[in-house]
Amino acid sequence: MTAPLLEVQQVSVRFGALTALSEVSLTVESGKILAIIGPNGAGKTTLLNVISGFYHPTAGRILFEGRDRTHLSPPDVAELGVARTFQNVALFKGMSVLDNIMTGRLLKMNGSFLLEALYWGPARRQELAHRAVVERIIDFLEIQAIRKTPAGRLPYGLQKRVELARALAAEPRLLLLDEPMAGMNVEEKEDMCRFILDVNAEFGTSITLIEHDMSVVMDISDRVVVLDYGRKIADGLPEHVRKDRAVLDAYLGVSHD
Amino acid sequence: MTEALYALLVGPFKDMGSSPAFFAEVLIGGIFAGLMYSLVALGFVLIFKASGVFNFAQGVMVLFAALTLVGLMERGMPVALALAITAGVMILLALLIERIVLRPLVNQAQIILFMATIGLNFFLEGFGEMLWGSNVKRLDVGIPDTSFKVAGVLINRLELTAAITAAVLVSILAIFFQRTRIGRALRAVADDHEAALSIGIPLKTIWVVVWSVAGLVAIVAGIMWGAKSGVQFSLSLVALKALPVLILGGFTSVPGAVVGGLIIGMGEKLGEVYWGPLVGGAIENWFAYVLALVFLLFRPQGLFGERIIERV
Repeated sequence: MTAPLLEVQQVSVRFGALTALSEVSLTVESGKILAIIGPNGAGKTTLLNVISGFYHPTAGRILFEGRDRTHLSPPDVAELGVARTFQNVALFKGMSVLDNIMTGRLLKMNGSFLLEALYWGPARRQELAHRAVVERIIDFLEIQAIRKTPAGRLPYGLQKRVELARALAAEPRLLLLDEPMAGMNVEEKEDMCRFILDVNAEFGTSITLIEHDMSVVMDISDRVVVLDYGRKIADGLPEHVRKDRAVLDAYLGVSHD
Repeated sequence: MTEALYALLVGPFKDMGSSPAFFAEVLIGGIFAGLMYSLVALGFVLIFKASGVFNFAQGVMVLFAALTLVGLMERGMPVALALAITAGVMILLALLIERIVLRPLVNQAQIILFMATIGLNFFLEGFGEMLWGSNVKRLDVGIPDTSFKVAGVLINRLELTAAITAAVLVSILAIFFQRTRIGRALRAVADDHEAALSIGIPLKTIWVVVWSVAGLVAIVAGIMWGAKSGVQFSLSLVALKALPVLILGGFTSVPGAVVGGLIIGMGEKLGEVYWGPLVGGAIENWFAYVLALVFLLFRPQGLFGERIIERV
């Protein structure tokens, strides 16, 4: 049996006296959509930051395809094939949408700087090939019309979509989405759901996402992990998690009858 | 009234026409000075592009590089070896700056990074003088400070060499940072540190690269200015002339630094010679700043800078 794509083992993260995550373990299966939910401050984003290398665990291990990857830096994690988006949208605001998405290809580019400078031969062909990939993603996410617009000028919903496009440009094996639908209206949410499912179905990309909208989570995820106060309180199929006593308590408050 | 207008708008151009050789000399002097300004401005642009930091210490880096070079040569080292060691020192400096100053301040507000470069400025100034002393030093690069005539126009050998070196260096860097993937990575890093990290750009490497390049550019600028006017503290003030160049060209544009430098260089020389007498001279010292002020009013992003986008 091959090792799962990603394993988080007994990970704790402390900032001084504050424990953001406490002995959290979870497994991301290849090709599946995993949702991480939980009340505000439960440690969801911290968990995503640990997986993508922005934070390092105080204790515990992170395995990528069975290999210990606990202390990698964000660029190294990106090199492994993990791409992510951010809760507050981190786009390159001064660059056009096209350039933003092209930056997602940086890790795929190689070859001589000299040739690139001269824009000649293989370098030129390479640039065109990357451009073709990016154009496919632009078509896929239906953002053709805003190709040349500076990213900073776009409305929030579209910025989130461009951020997803940049992450997809890296052709990731694991895609981490931090609240991909926050602040969106109903139609935008439906579009985003469709894109996430399509990415998963067409490219076989494994997706781990944080989301607050419960109906969205129940609809699109294969598995759900619930965090509360930095601890994992449930992990299972959406329909099971929905009925879980601890989850209901965390979301609705404990009844003392 | 008409006399004053005539003196301001027509007279100077008549003077230019009446002695073309002299006009050419003034213009060439302006181009030479402009290329030198570009060289200093380039150091600013690279660091600003890569880290969004306005490096207050760029001028002192020019001084420090020149001091190190002269200091080594005074101790009897051959020029080539002294140059290589100075280059090594500037790269080491870049590594140290990344490790000690930049890395602990990742994701801090820009003003904090700016303050850090002010600290760096005073440290380098003091450290340089502690190592090499504070008296004015002569820098002899082996090119005679003499002139020759081409078609009746006097050209200074030293200035010509400096200008050509500056032009070549600036072109190479401009092409490198515009066309290669490093250029794209630089713009990304300048815009958003976190996002840049997440797409696999190693921030630390990029910073060491740009600070090293800025250090190497400082060596060249230090040699050129030092050979002309001696290596002394006032070298670090050259950086002040780079400010209007940056405002004109745009803080984020390598070609902008070149064009801005040329405009300022030619503008101040022509202004001094042809318009200076009208107001009693000494235009050269403030012309650049007035031009920059006008630009700030009408085109704050400069000629080639990225449009400033602010969503409210």
